[in-house]
Amino acid sequence: MYTFSNRLRIGSFILMAVGLLGIGIGFVSAPSTVAEAKALVAAHDDGHGGGHGESATHEGSDEAHGTVAMQGQDHGASHDEHLLHQLQNRPWSALYVAALFFFIIALGVLAFYAVQRAAQAGWSPMLFRVMEGITAYLVPGGIIVFVLLVLSVLHLNHLFTWMDPEVVAHDTLLQGKTGYLNTPFFLIRAAIFLGGWILYREVSRRLSLAQDEADDNSNFKKNFRWSAGFLVFYLVSESIMSWDWIMSVDPHWFSTLFGWYVFATMFVSGITAIAIISIYLKSRGYLPDVNDSHIHDLAKFMFGISIFWTYLWFAQFMLIWYANIPEEVTYFVTRIEDYKLPFFGMLALNFVFPLLMLMNSDYKRVNWFVIMTGIVILLGHYLDVFIMIMPATVGDQWAIGIPEIGAVLFFAGLFIFWVFRAFTMAPLQPKRNPYIEESRQFHY
Amino acid sequence: MASHYEAPIRKPLVLGDRDYHDVSVDIARPVETRANRQWWIVFTIAFVAFLWGIGCIIYTISTGIGTWGLNKTVGWAWDITNFVWWVGIGHAGTLISAVLLLFRQKWRMAINRSAEAMTIFSVVQAGLFPIIHMGRPWLGYWVLPIPNQFGSLWVNFNSPLLWDVFAISTYLSVSLVFWWTGLLPDFAMIRDRAVKPFQKKIYSLVSFGWSGRAKDWQRFEEVSLVLAGLATPLVLSVHTIVSFDFATSVIPGWHTTIFPPYFVAGAIFSGFAMVNTLLIIMRKVCGLEAYITVQHIELMNIIIMITGSIVGCAYITELFIAWYSGVEYEQYAFLNRATGPYWWAYLLMMTCNVVSPQIMWFKKIRTSIIVSFIISIVVNVGMWFERFVIIVTSLHRDYLPSSWTMFSPTYVDIGIFVGTIGFFFTLFLLYARTFPVIAQAEVKSILKSSGEKYKKLRDAGQPLYQIQKTATIREKVAEDQSLPSEGSKKEVADLLGAIGVFDAKRETPDDLKRIKGIGPQMEQTLNQIGIFTFAQVGKMTEKEYNLLDSITGSFPGRAQRDDWAGQARGLNNSK
Repeated sequence: MYTFSNRLRIGSFILMAVGLLGIGIGFVSAPSTVAEAKALVAAHDDGHGGGHGESATHEGSDEAHGTVAMQGQDHGASHDEHLLHQLQNRPWSALYVAALFFFIIALGVLAFYAVQRAAQAGWSPMLFRVMEGITAYLVPGGIIVFVLLVLSVLHLNHLFTWMDPEVVAHDTLLQGKTGYLNTPFFLIRAAIFLGGWILYREVSRRLSLAQDEADDNSNFKKNFRWSAGFLVFYLVSESIMSWDWIMSVDPHWFSTLFGWYVFATMFVSGITAIAIISIYLKSRGYLPDVNDSHIHDLAKFMFGISIFWTYLWFAQFMLIWYANIPEEVTYFVTRIEDYKLPFFGMLALNFVFPLLMLMNSDYKRVNWFVIMTGIVILLGHYLDVFIMIMPATVGDQWAIGIPEIGAVLFFAGLFIFWVFRAFTMAPLQPKRNPYIEESRQFHY
Repeated sequence: MASHYEAPIRKPLVLGDRDYHDVSVDIARPVETRANRQWWIVFTIAFVAFLWGIGCIIYTISTGIGTWGLNKTVGWAWDITNFVWWVGIGHAGTLISAVLLLFRQKWRMAINRSAEAMTIFSVVQAGLFPIIHMGRPWLGYWVLPIPNQFGSLWVNFNSPLLWDVFAISTYLSVSLVFWWTGLLPDFAMIRDRAVKPFQKKIYSLVSFGWSGRAKDWQRFEEVSLVLAGLATPLVLSVHTIVSFDFATSVIPGWHTTIFPPYFVAGAIFSGFAMVNTLLIIMRKVCGLEAYITVQHIELMNIIIMITGSIVGCAYITELFIAWYSGVEYEQYAFLNRATGPYWWAYLLMMTCNVVSPQIMWFKKIRTSIIVSFIISIVVNVGMWFERFVIIVTSLHRDYLPSSWTMFSPTYVDIGIFVGTIGFFFTLFLLYARTFPVIAQAEVKSILKSSGEKYKKLRDAGQPLYQIQKTATIREKVAEDQSLPSEGSKKEVADLLGAIGVFDAKRETPDDLKRIKGIGPQMEQTLNQIGIFTFAQVGKMTEKEYNLLDSITGSFPGRAQRDDWAGQARGLNNSK
């Protein structure tokens, strides 16, 4: 049985406390009037020199043109108000990105777990309890994401512009989408998906624990059926979730690949989390039968899915860049102009780094090496989610400052606390899985 | 022991009481025996279709592309449909050999050889279409980036069609190398068993002097892993680039970002269907049911079901996003697909590709050979129509309603397509008679862990090796040998003179009961006469049959009817 070490528990509380403080500072320092917003931007420009400020202002006014033309308001006033909205969105976006990122880690682990069960994999059962522990975070993580969506629906922020009836009234394109993009349906979908994922997680966990005590394989077989069924639900719900929660922050933009691209992000982040946590638990002596070959396999998945993620990133980017259709290409134009460093930096973190680091077979067995690469991959995929959300919500007013770091720390603390608390509830190695002996003897 | 451990609930992958020698014998049998009549019939049909296709190609090249049904609105139709269909079919081979190798799926070993052969043969078919579509194929080298002095203009690297040239030629070469590397130990096995000098010569040449030393195996495994690593991104890249041919354009219905992974999934889908079609027949014809088991077919059906669902998810995504985009052209393109004049093709695509694989959720259905065979054909029809729908329905109603038109194929279009099917089967049938159709070296590597014989021994707690004590049997036989009845002594002498005398010291008796028509009693009678081996029975002709009848006096004509000699020769070869 795992006992939650005091140091880790206190560490997670400190992370949450510091995080909360950062989130609070973010909200308090957000401007509430246009004048404050202008002052803030001016101060910011002074601090950072002219170059960035200039291009930012230029882009900002460009974007405002559309709103101006539609709303027929005075250019300057509209621009300032837009700026205010962006700055007010910043603490909310920081919170939303971090909440979403840690949630999709848990969801990615759930998908990986279901695949292992449905494929009747022989190498991984030794890691099932680790995966089940991580997916325990789906409950608090899912509730927080849902609450944030409800707050958006209640107009406490402007993350989703399509939720604003004022905006829709002046936008023919959005009017055409109201059959799908309307707040009741949006929340119903979110509730169904979260309910489905959590249901499978709880059922599968229960069957998995029951299998340890049973004297036949009926729980194991039931788990197999549930997992296969879940994967069908997941295939559909994951795509729609990514359109709803992420793609619709840019309500004009669309890409058929988007759902699968988000899937690759969550899959690789989830597998990385499994690897890091398994190595940690093993180093504390809790997973005696997990050997280097298991870590090697996880690292192979980190390597392979990183390349798969890049493949999908490239497919989406290249096709839109090549065809150069204005409605679609604007998505990447904004990102390349305002987010050049994180946009291309993320490619280095998510592709070049794991490719070079994990290419060598021996390195995949060096545990600290896998942890270091894993941290880079997680950072890269945080940036990935950041770049999916921020350009639409805060535009060029982005930064990685106190609100962003605070939100990440808070959710990291919550994640650690919840996941490791779940580890204490059951033995960390399954006993009676029919493949457990294969997994114990597993040798690459 | 550890490396051979397998959970008891896993089903055996090699059925029956088979040891290492049995594997060699079973897999060499189709190569070492003569083709039967069915093979010749099917081969003739395929070859005639191939010749018909060649005729159509010659007509196309000598007359021009105008012989096809293309028009100025639908400038691409059957040609590219067939091209994409064939390339797609090829994908399963690489997936089985490379991706399933990386995932350590042992069941791939019974099917990878034929799947890779299918890959190579279908890529050959695919490659034909761009070449004949050039109109002047003798200038085909112009697609390669060669200096202007050779007469071409420097190629347009911006065009995905050019990327295709590189992708597919790389794919073909790597697949071929991968395939042949795996074949080396198996060709060597046939070489070592070959009796006739000509066959020995040929199989010596194609096995590249494989010696079976530990060094050979070590290099073999290293190169297999490197090629698998190389082939995995290649298999993704090939159909990705094929999808770029369409998706980089600004044609509604073609320009969509999901195309690359969705084309790859569709390719694997159709490829596995074709593997199922081919192997369900081959396992029967070549008597390989113990290696390509119902479990193999079931697993392939599951992959068909998964990839079919992914493809279905992509169809629905495309439909939904077309609506969601708010772009009228996009919306019309999909509305026209589903409800326009080609609605029947769309319906066929949807039912064959999305609905039909879903019945595989039922275990009864996915373990039924006949249903698997039917579904595999249905899926291939559906995947052909998918490409037809994407290509023709997106083109036939373009931005100018005045140029809207329909496409109808000419007999040349049809003839070339039928010709490629004939060519494909011609190659595959020749392959099935001359190549070891199962990677026997690899199957042997999993025999201890997954063979039924060894699984049973392990479950019973018995050692996996047992030394056969044949010497005692020989002596026992010698004692049993008794002289036949007095009256027919001369006939017995004649008979044994013709078919040879059994030497109990040198030879071991065969189980003659394995010949259909010989029961325990007849075996005893034959043994009394002095007939103990398949070799002896195999030499019997009309005359010997009559002698036998007159000696035994029972069942006259029985031996002729059951063709004992023929059966015995077969059994003797596979001893």
